[in-house]
This record gives sequence, C-alpha cells and structure tokens, in this order.
Amino acid sequence: MQKDWSIHLRQNALPLVALGVFAVMFSIFLHEHPRAINANIMTTASNKAVLLALVAMAQTLPVITRGLDLSVGMVMILSCCVSSVLVNGTPLGVAFGVVCVLATGLAAGALNAALVVLGRLQPIIATLATSAVYFGIALLVRPAPGGEVSEGLSDALTRTLFGVVPTTLVVLAGVVAVVWIPLRRSLIGRGCYAAGSAEGAAYLSGVNIKRSKFVAYTLAGLLASIAGLLLSLISLSGEASAPQANLYTLNSIAAVVIGGTSLYGGAGGMIGSIIGAFVLRTIGDLLFVFDAPALWQPLFEGFILLAAVSLGALRVLRIRNRLELFG
Amino acid sequence: MSALPKTTSASSSGAPAVSAWARFVRNPPRVAFSFSLLLLVIGSFININFISPNYLLQQLQVGAFFGIIAAGVMLVVLLGHIDLSVPWTVTTGGMMATFAAGVWGPAWAIPVGVACGLLVGLINGLGVAYLRIPSMIFTLGMNAVLQGLMVLQTGGFAPQDKATPLMQVLATQRTFGLPNAVLVWAAVSIVVMLMLKYTSFGRYIYAIGNREGAAYLSGIPTRAVLVGCFTLCGVLSAFGGVLIAGYSSNAYQAMGDPYLLPAIAAVVLGGTNILGGRGTFVGTIAGVILIVLLQSMLAVLQMPEAGRQIIYGTVIVVMLLIYGRGAREAG
Repeated sequence: MQKDWSIHLRQNALPLVALGVFAVMFSIFLHEHPRAINANIMTTASNKAVLLALVAMAQTLPVITRGLDLSVGMVMILSCCVSSVLVNGTPLGVAFGVVCVLATGLAAGALNAALVVLGRLQPIIATLATSAVYFGIALLVRPAPGGEVSEGLSDALTRTLFGVVPTTLVVLAGVVAVVWIPLRRSLIGRGCYAAGSAEGAAYLSGVNIKRSKFVAYTLAGLLASIAGLLLSLISLSGEASAPQANLYTLNSIAAVVIGGTSLYGGAGGMIGSIIGAFVLRTIGDLLFVFDAPALWQPLFEGFILLAAVSLGALRVLRIRNRLELFG
Repeated sequence: MSALPKTTSASSSGAPAVSAWARFVRNPPRVAFSFSLLLLVIGSFININFISPNYLLQQLQVGAFFGIIAAGVMLVVLLGHIDLSVPWTVTTGGMMATFAAGVWGPAWAIPVGVACGLLVGLINGLGVAYLRIPSMIFTLGMNAVLQGLMVLQTGGFAPQDKATPLMQVLATQRTFGLPNAVLVWAAVSIVVMLMLKYTSFGRYIYAIGNREGAAYLSGIPTRAVLVGCFTLCGVLSAFGGVLIAGYSSNAYQAMGDPYLLPAIAAVVLGGTNILGGRGTFVGTIAGVILIVLLQSMLAVLQMPEAGRQIIYGTVIVVMLLIYGRGAREAG
C-alpha cells in the first residue's frame, strides 16, 4: 500500500511541483493586490485562467499520443466567431447556438483526426494546414469583429456562483468530470497513453490505436470549442484574429509542458495542464500587481516561460548513460 | 529515377510493377514543380500577365526572402527538430540592422543584424543540444524573449528604423535584369546544397535526423552539429529579416510573423520529412516556388482573405495526402 503511494507520488511529481509554484505565486498575487480580495478579482483571474486551461486540456490529448495539435487556438477562435453569430436571441436559439458551436469544434477535431489517423499525415503539419482552413472559415463567419452574444448566458457562466465561487471554475470542474475522468479510465484513454509511449508494442498487443488517436484529436476540437464559447461569453463578441489564435496555441503547449506532460508522449494528464495554465496566467497577473513597467512585461513573460521549460533540463543531470539522451 | 532503363524498372525480381503514378509521387520535388507548372498554366488562362517574365521575376523576388528563411528552417527540420523562434529572429535581424545603422553608421547594419541571428541560433542550439529541452518548446520560449527584447528596444527610445541603401539595393534593385534578392537566394541555395551533399557536416545532419543515438555511437559530434544547424537557421532567418527590411525600406514589429508557417509548409511540401533525416534542398526550392505561385495566384484571382486561407490550407493538405503520408502501420 505504501509502495503504491510512492509510485503515485513519483508519477505526479511534476504536476505537484507546478501546483506548489502556482500556490506560492497566487498567494503573492492576492497579498500584493492593491485592493482587498473580493469575488471580482477572483472571477477575472479565473475567467482568464480557465480559457487557457481549456485550450491546454485540448492540447494535452494529442500530446499524450505523441502528436501535437497546432490548430487548437484557431478552433477556439472559429468557435468564438460562430458563437458571436448564433448564440443569441430566444433561450431556444441560444441553446441551438451552443450546440452548433460545440458541433463546429467536434467537426474541426474530427477533420484533424481523419487527416492524422486515416490520412497518416504528420500531426504538426496537418494541423498547421487545417488551422489555415479554420481561419478562413472564421473570416467567412465573422468578416469584421463584433457580433452579439446572449448576455443572459454570459451572466450565468462568467460571474460567480452563490457570490463566492467563480462560475468558470465550476464549468472547468464539470468538463474535467465529464470528459477527462471517464476518458482516463476507459480503454480509449489507456490506448492514448499506450500509443504515446510505444506505438509499435501497443499495436502488436492489440490496442486499437487508431480509435484512441481519433478520439484524442476529436476531443481536442471539442474542448477548444468550449474555450471558444467561453471566450465569446466573456468578450461578448467575436473576432477572427490569427495572432490571438497563435498565442493560445503556443501558450497551450507551454502550459502542457509546465504541467508535466511529456512532449514525447505517453505521460501526463489534463489536471497537470490545468495547473500549468494557471501558473502561466498568474505570471502575467503578478507582473501587473508588482507594477512592472509595461514595456518590460513581454520580456519578463518570455524569460519566465523559457526558465520554466528549462527546468526540464534537470533530467540531463540524472542520466548515467549518455545514450539515454537520444531516447 | 526516370532515367533508368526499362528493364530494371520492370525487373523480374518478383516485385509488382510500380505504376507510373506511384513512381511520380515518390519524388516530391517533381510533384511540387509539376504543380507549380500547373498553377502557371491555370494562371495564364486567368490573366496572361501571370506568365510574363517581369511578373514572374517579381514573384521570385518576394519568394527569395522566404526561400532564404526556408533554407534555415530546412536544416533544422532535417535534424528532426523545429525552430519556432523564426518569426522574431527575422524581426530581430531587421530591427537590429536598422538600429545599428542609426547608431554606428550604415556599414554596421548587415553585420549586426546577422550577428544577432547568430547569437539567437547559438542559444537555441545550446538549449536543444546540451540542455536537451525539446526544440519546439525551447525555441518557443526564445521567440517570446526576443519579442520582449524588441518591444523594449523600440519602446524605450525611438531608434532609426530606416533601411540602409545597401540593404535596399540587395532587396529591391536588379543586376543584369535579375533581382538581387533572387541572386542572393541562389547563392545561399548553392552553398547550402553543396554543404548538404558534399561536406561531412551535411551528411552528419542526415545521420542525426535518422537516428541520433546511432550517429553519436559512430563518432559524430552530434551536439556540435545540432548547435551548428540552429546557428545557421538563426543566421539565415536574421539575414532574411535584413532583406525584408530593405525591401519595405524599414523594419517593424512582427515583420517575421507571416514567414514561419509557409516556410515549414514549403520545406515539407518539398519532400523533407518533418521527423528529420530525409529531404533534398531542390525539394525545398520547389516547395518555396510552389507556395509563392499559389499565393500570387490567389492574389491575381482577387480572392478575399477567407477564401485564400481555405484554399491555401486545402492545397497543402491535398499535396501531403498525395505523397507526405507515413508508413501504414506502427512498429
């Protein structure tokens, strides 16, 4: 029993370290914040962090299968644009719009999955190409920034629950409970890890790798579209912005890595990615409360990002046989 | 390949005869060139000016900057790595060149711009080769740092951002009727091509891309080669940035952003395996020409941005489905 614990602890060491870092940073943030802690501060922080957390969760699945999805940011922006067109009007109209937004994400994810699994294309380049397509569609849907999003739904999902808990956090927990936990325990989820750590061995052992990978990319699209829906609810509009999409994609990769998921596949999980996203977001908040000169902020963020990912280099010190480096 | 006599291609060794189509798609540079020709033919039907030498040279001139950047990207991709810091290395090259020209005089522009790229590439290489951080994430962080540095550099005080006459001559003038940029691209291409083919450094790159462990055991200084390739990629990106600044006569924030994805696409469309170890430089040139023609064709059609993006992405996917597919099963 005790051995079990130590194994679990070792397996989750990286996310736990990230969690510690987040706890320290967030306490400093709350302590240094010029105004007393209130629900508003928490809600703003939570809204920003949950957006990135959802995109990072989307990125996690393909990374676990030793792939990558460079289109998550664009699927998010596309969903946001669709939402700014459809999610408004009567409650029935809003519900229909939400279904359409999620269907958009599913369809985009399924296209990526089809290209990677059935088309046998390299994920990096296939999703790079599809993200251009999704950007084009987003521009068709929303040629100019703007649009209208149901304020009722926005109030319901982006404020607080009982005046204390930011609703976005509850949404995030709901997504984890509905998507991640069942998947993690399912054959398909295990297949994702198997495909990432030793695809050949998994295939020979009869694991249905194709199905697992297909689900991984499709769910990535779905999760990205949930992020897009939330983004539209928070900003109450949509904009087909390529720089914003790229920023989310890149930050999602960084969050996944900080959260302890290996880019070489086969290890990690969505919980870690959520913590990674929170860490990344808190860095920006900290710079804000410490009144860092605005001009220095991008440089600070860059250095902290570089330093955070460089922690992975500690692995090199533990290696005894130099051949392991090339694994 | 096609020059082989008939008897060998339909040899009696029992292997099924390979169809002409299958042989065709096994040669990505040829597919890319054929597709470029097809674009030219279609373009000439839409607007006969599309195939006028002058228009084509103009397109090649624009393609030259992008070709120089793609050359650097290819070296890194051949190793099985990727350099996501290209956008801001390009920008840094352009901005530091114009900055140096303003502070120390025009003669310093190009050396300083290229030296900055060298430094960036060197750091990337050291991070990837010695710290063993996945190149995708390390260069991503580097990109963010460079962006921060450039924001700081232009925000703190107003630098001179005008390109020097030499930069403009290199990027916009013509010699013997050929754009200088194209000549520079040709020179870079010949050097890289000879390096890949005839130097041990070039052969090491392919060896590492295939299996770094095996290359290391064969006595190849794999770390030095990694650092060298990343450094070259930084140098070429920054040099591309210097030329782009010369072309648009000044340097500006985010000027390198539109170059990373097309460069990777061009490298892959030219038949370089994104996982490394395979690919020819001729293919990369073919990929660059293909993408430049595709972009100019969409411009000639006066296609709105949305349609352009969709067609652009679709063409890349279709080309990849024709010849960029992986092995059938794992293992």
